[in-house]
Amino acid sequence: MTALLDVVEFSKLFPVSGTLGLWASLRRRVTGGAEKLPKVHAVDDVSFFINKGETVGLVGESGCGKSTLVRALTRLIDASDGSVKLGTRELSLTPAREFARDPDRARIQMVFQDAGESVNPRFTAFDAIADPLRRLRKLRGGALTKKVEAVASQCGLPLQLLYRFPHQLSGGQRARVGIARAIAVEPDLLVLDEPTAALDVSVQVVILQLLQQLKKEIGMSYLFVSHDLSVVRLICDRVLVMYLGKIVESGPAAEVFEHPLHPYTQTLVAAVPRADGNGKERLRLTGEPMSPIDPDPNVCRFYSRCSRRTETCETAMPALRRFGDRQVACHFAEDFLPQHKSEHGQKDKPQAEKQPVGKTG
Amino acid sequence: MNVAPALSVEGLSVEFRTRSGIVRALDNVSFAIAKGETMALVGESGSGKSVTAYAVLGILDPAARVTGGKAMFGGLDLLSAKPGQLADVRGREIAMIFQNPRTALNPIRPVGRQIADVLIRHGNVPGREAPAQAIEMLRAVGITDPARRAKAYPFEMSGGMCQRVMIAIALAAKPSLLIADEPTTGLDVTTQAVIMDLISDLASELGMATIFITHDLALAGQRAARIVVMHAGHVVESAPTRELFARPRHPYTAELIAATPDSAASLDDLASIPGSLPDLRRTDLPPCRYSERCPRKLDACGRPLPQTDTSAHHVACWNPLPMSAS
Repeated sequence: MTALLDVVEFSKLFPVSGTLGLWASLRRRVTGGAEKLPKVHAVDDVSFFINKGETVGLVGESGCGKSTLVRALTRLIDASDGSVKLGTRELSLTPAREFARDPDRARIQMVFQDAGESVNPRFTAFDAIADPLRRLRKLRGGALTKKVEAVASQCGLPLQLLYRFPHQLSGGQRARVGIARAIAVEPDLLVLDEPTAALDVSVQVVILQLLQQLKKEIGMSYLFVSHDLSVVRLICDRVLVMYLGKIVESGPAAEVFEHPLHPYTQTLVAAVPRADGNGKERLRLTGEPMSPIDPDPNVCRFYSRCSRRTETCETAMPALRRFGDRQVACHFAEDFLPQHKSEHGQKDKPQAEKQPVGKTG
Repeated sequence: MNVAPALSVEGLSVEFRTRSGIVRALDNVSFAIAKGETMALVGESGSGKSVTAYAVLGILDPAARVTGGKAMFGGLDLLSAKPGQLADVRGREIAMIFQNPRTALNPIRPVGRQIADVLIRHGNVPGREAPAQAIEMLRAVGITDPARRAKAYPFEMSGGMCQRVMIAIALAAKPSLLIADEPTTGLDVTTQAVIMDLISDLASELGMATIFITHDLALAGQRAARIVVMHAGHVVESAPTRELFARPRHPYTAELIAATPDSAASLDDLASIPGSLPDLRRTDLPPCRYSERCPRKLDACGRPLPQTDTSAHHVACWNPLPMSAS
């Protein structure tokens, strides 16, 4: 398979001016920025790819940089460093402002969290779906109406609801408008940011099944951002686990959730409520997360909360290492490989290549 | 249940007067919770879970009216109690953790002060000692550096920390009943697990009865001993947790369990619930408000619902799933 989206050493830093003292910020103003501003490392040196027709999940706690990564990928904001390739097109060279009018804009579309908040309240459902078609496909009049109606019925939105405003629609119907609006221009990659977080379980199922069906019909790839692991497990082929701006683990969804290797993924999986799992061991996150402002590049980002930390973790940032089709950024990942469970400490198994890999593959 | 219940709600009905008609938000809701028990109130949004809690605490919207029922709490009917009596019970005997801590906390008062306020009003703590005790409460709910955090405003804290402050406020006066309304909605799963652990630990420490209000059936199943399922202002089923998952008897409960992602192996195994909640403004609502969505509907469903009983496994249905069904 060829990679549809290829992200290499991608970073997004935000300068924080508030942390400078009064004197330093005055001096900075006079000297014209000689003082270096501290920066929030929202996304730090991330590499991954998405194949054609694949559904990739992106999980992590709030504040770990999921949304920043996604907003930078969809070119709503500019990246600080690194490259994003969609097919053969390098996207990171075009500023976000210009990309809004780019013909390739239609190839990456996004479904936002909570369609009630992200759809213009003064647009009817019809206008919301028609807007990208007007701008990117230059459709007008009868052709536009026909296309909007086709997309709406594809998303299971009754046509008589098209002339209603968002506040007159139910949560499930609004979610359908959000999806219809995004797929109207037939993108290659659809980025979904917690599309079902605001919905009841009964509606969530319908929306997930709709997404699955649309994927079959249109052949899109999905990047599915969520913190609900039970949903990610159902819909994703592969998952990326993010912690404080770094990808700490990736691999096939079933394997990652069955045998999580990184200590963060382990707490994440243990935290999923199970109606029957009363006997589950308590594996909980303790301590405060590290500050994302100029973090020490030689300390593991998870150090402050890790149950498995040693001196090594304080002196060397673990690189993302490959084990078969999985990748883990932990010095002690070998201890948790399923094959190694019986033979603890034996760390020179053939599939554990020691050299760090820059690019996920 | 032989033990005297901590709270017993009988036949609670609530109406809202709106411009477009009367909304019958709750109709004949009954349940009881024993001392020290953990119970979950589960249902879709709009099923009346929060309204039930608000009615019990007497903090309903002015447009609402309690049209019937009793809520007995230690010999006092909360629904007919005088405002002064209620104000003494609220916060001291029954405490509530509200949905969305960021909006429930006072945005212009440091969190330590907000805890101290409760200690002074309900905890018989002299004003001079309250700030120090508030810091102790913050420490008890697992906030690091509590002395510094006590001076912080809610906007300076993360969602998980605000929720811890809410818990500290709720537990300040060591109540005997805690109502937690969606305490972890909007938090990460890892934070959710920590907060839920904290509530259960403190509840068992203080011997508190706890009512969890949630739409997450998996979470309810993991944390509660008994589950009460609500649909459109009715209690449709109430049973011990294990029993409810093993042998759901109300068709709605069965569908709800089938729709929960946790129980399914793949997406195709998940079933959606057809239809939606009925419009509660209608004057011709059928006695069973689920009957219009129900796959097991009979002609008999037009009769008034079976009488509410207090047995361990209660089902409000004329044609429940058989006992032996798995």
